[in-house]
Amino acid sequence: MADLDTIELVKDIEVDKYKYGFTTDIESDFAPKGLNEDIVKFISAKKGEPAWMLEWRLDAYRRWLQMDEPAWARVSFPKIDFQDIYYYAAPKSMANPKSLDEIDPKLLETYTKLGIPLKEQEILAGVRKQGEKSTLDDDGNEVVAGRVAIDAVFDSVSVVTTFKDELAKAGVIFCSISEALREHPELVKKYLGSVVPQGDNFYAALNAAVFSDGSFVYVPPNTRCPMELSTYFRMNAKNTGQFERTLIIADKGSYVSYLEGCTAPMREESQLHAAVVELIALDDAEIKYSTVQNWYPGDAEGKGGVYNFVTKRGDCRGRGAKISWTQVETGSAITWKYPSCILRGDNSRGEFYSIAISNGRQQVDSGTKMIHLGKNTSSRIISKGIAAGRSDNTYRGLVSAHRKATNARNFTQCDSLLIGDKCGAHTVPYIEAKTLSAQFEHEATTSKISDDQMFYCMSRGLSQEEAVALIVNGFVRDVLQQLPMEFMAETQKLIGISLEGSVG
Amino acid sequence: MLEIKNLHVKLADEDRVILNGLTLSVNAGEVHAIMGPNGSGKSTLSYVLSGREGYEVTEGSVTYKGEDLLAMTPSDRAAKGVFLAFQYPIEIPGVATMQFLKVALNSQKKARGEKELSTPDFMRLVKERAAKLNIGQDMLKRPVNVGFSGGEKKRAEILQMAVLEPALCVLDETDSGLDIDALRVVADGVNGLRSPDRAMIVITHYQRLLDYIVPDHVHVLSKGRIVKSGGKSLALELEAKGYAEFESEAA
Ligand SMILES: Nc1ncnc2c1ncn2[C@@H]1O[C@H](COP(=O)(O)OP(=O)(O)OP(=O)(O)O)[C@@H](O)[C@H]1O
Ligand SMILES: [Mg+2]
Repeated sequence: MADLDTIELVKDIEVDKYKYGFTTDIESDFAPKGLNEDIVKFISAKKGEPAWMLEWRLDAYRRWLQMDEPAWARVSFPKIDFQDIYYYAAPKSMANPKSLDEIDPKLLETYTKLGIPLKEQEILAGVRKQGEKSTLDDDGNEVVAGRVAIDAVFDSVSVVTTFKDELAKAGVIFCSISEALREHPELVKKYLGSVVPQGDNFYAALNAAVFSDGSFVYVPPNTRCPMELSTYFRMNAKNTGQFERTLIIADKGSYVSYLEGCTAPMREESQLHAAVVELIALDDAEIKYSTVQNWYPGDAEGKGGVYNFVTKRGDCRGRGAKISWTQVETGSAITWKYPSCILRGDNSRGEFYSIAISNGRQQVDSGTKMIHLGKNTSSRIISKGIAAGRSDNTYRGLVSAHRKATNARNFTQCDSLLIGDKCGAHTVPYIEAKTLSAQFEHEATTSKISDDQMFYCMSRGLSQEEAVALIVNGFVRDVLQQLPMEFMAETQKLIGISLEGSVG
Repeated sequence: MLEIKNLHVKLADEDRVILNGLTLSVNAGEVHAIMGPNGSGKSTLSYVLSGREGYEVTEGSVTYKGEDLLAMTPSDRAAKGVFLAFQYPIEIPGVATMQFLKVALNSQKKARGEKELSTPDFMRLVKERAAKLNIGQDMLKRPVNVGFSGGEKKRAEILQMAVLEPALCVLDETDSGLDIDALRVVADGVNGLRSPDRAMIVITHYQRLLDYIVPDHVHVLSKGRIVKSGGKSLALELEAKGYAEFESEAA
């Protein structure tokens, strides 16, 4: 009896900790379990793809068969049985929704629960409720939250994209990648796989073979995208992998800011998530890509949780192009992720701002690659790793300058904060300069939250957990400020939640 | 308001006794000054009152507003009105002073079951209190105590006190590091908070502060206990004669 009480108690705590852990009871359409050429054909057929796309997928699949999983990351997990996974799941009720009215209310409810009021957005035509004044903004000016267009992806399919008409007026294409394949095949064909080729790595090849949806963005020349774009990923179905693919093209002189958010239900089995994101910035274009990743991290003992194996890469293809990655990684049991920039165009610039928090038994191996190819290219890396519980948190980075990359510049700062003494923080920076004119700077620190800081905060009335959250939010402030204003307050809260139970 | 009885305190992981039978009674509306040589246990007393770890109470009791203070967590004590202005304020990188104040005030309000202040109301409150202490906007934007001069740190402590409006204020050497003008500003700030339902314990080495903040009682702490108590004149006496006399008494 006492045991049962304990179990209930633990359940409560867990649910409370990961507040997105619910499951949506919705009928799904599955492809048969496992992976072979027929499954690849099945997915391609479901999407009504052109023949070249199927060939592209099959090519990826055949490459994947020849590849091995990477073993160099500082993470360990039981071998994945790739035949024990569903590669396609779609909510049954929504074959081809044209508008919100055709969408299963249960889905909409799910997104509302997650804090994304799609319907309201549509109704209010974008007059977003005014955000509370940010406490970081000390002068007391009202911060008016902007409008955000959202593409919501549920398991394998894109459910709905908001603000389409208004974006279309500006010439911006923002839709699911399946739709882009139907409506703008020439753009997809030109750019898909041009940054992350099919055979780039094991997980990227798998993704290329079976990806089922994701977002597509094209911003025409000299256009500033009139609003934030955002994709929200939700894994729901059991034993299902999520493989989304995002492709963003910023044409000459354009600007776009994009944010992705992710959550998944709590399940005892681990779930696989292998996404690919490709960014292309042409001459003088700028892409700002932000991620708030909050996949289910597994329970305190390391059971369940999402394996997040993601390939993200941006190509500064034109002169003066700029790509900036900002990531807040709080979820997933295992994170294997290195958003990178290829600085091909002269005078192009890459940035990577990262907050990676690990608690419980989470394992994070994340960082970036800045590949300097063009002249006068510059890059900046600010990484803040926070390790608590029994977690492991590794920053792995590469900064390289090609022979022709004269005057390449990089500044890297890696700070680690440890909470407790059972966790680990590691920094693995690689530097390769093939030109003498390159200037690379690297700074790294490791610190602990001091008892004095904790006591000082608590003597002012903060609880232990509030004190940790506040100190950590201070530690990551430089990176937090890179996030779009609309998501800053939310992210600060998330940081607090993900560190619950890390002290005491 | 505060009743300290025969308090014995040792270090938690060493056999070293620091407070050795300290007894002190403080009523609402009173200001008590505590003076005493370096190492006599003044800061330790302030830490024990606010609940810092690392000390073990081996004997005696502390009652605050009728409750056992020693049984409460530091945050509960703060919410119930105990405030310590630190002798050495702690830095919190990346957290703006303004934000720190807001989180502190709202956590206390939450713990007391009161409504949190809206951002505009909060801003107004802080600006008004800061102006009185000659604290400008730029300092409020800077991270808590990071890069503050000695005097700025002390003023920032008093600002926190003025915003949190505690019932029992313990000021640990708030005057050290202040220039003459700053001393006056801080003292005015402290005097502005004197009220019939608020008590203060002012720890200092210098009689000068007590010219500005006139105490109702002065105590001499030596070797972990109070060896002499008196009125304001006791401070003048100490200034003239030093502590030698009391050191032998305590031994
Ligand atoms: N955490 C600690 N670890 C070791 N020694 C301590 C600790 N706390 C206090 N002490 C010792 O206890 C004694 C009293 O210290 P305390 O700081 O209370 O003195 P004080 O009266 O405030 O002195 P001052 O006037 O110099 O500020 C000192 O000898 C000090 O070294
Ligand atoms: Mg002291």
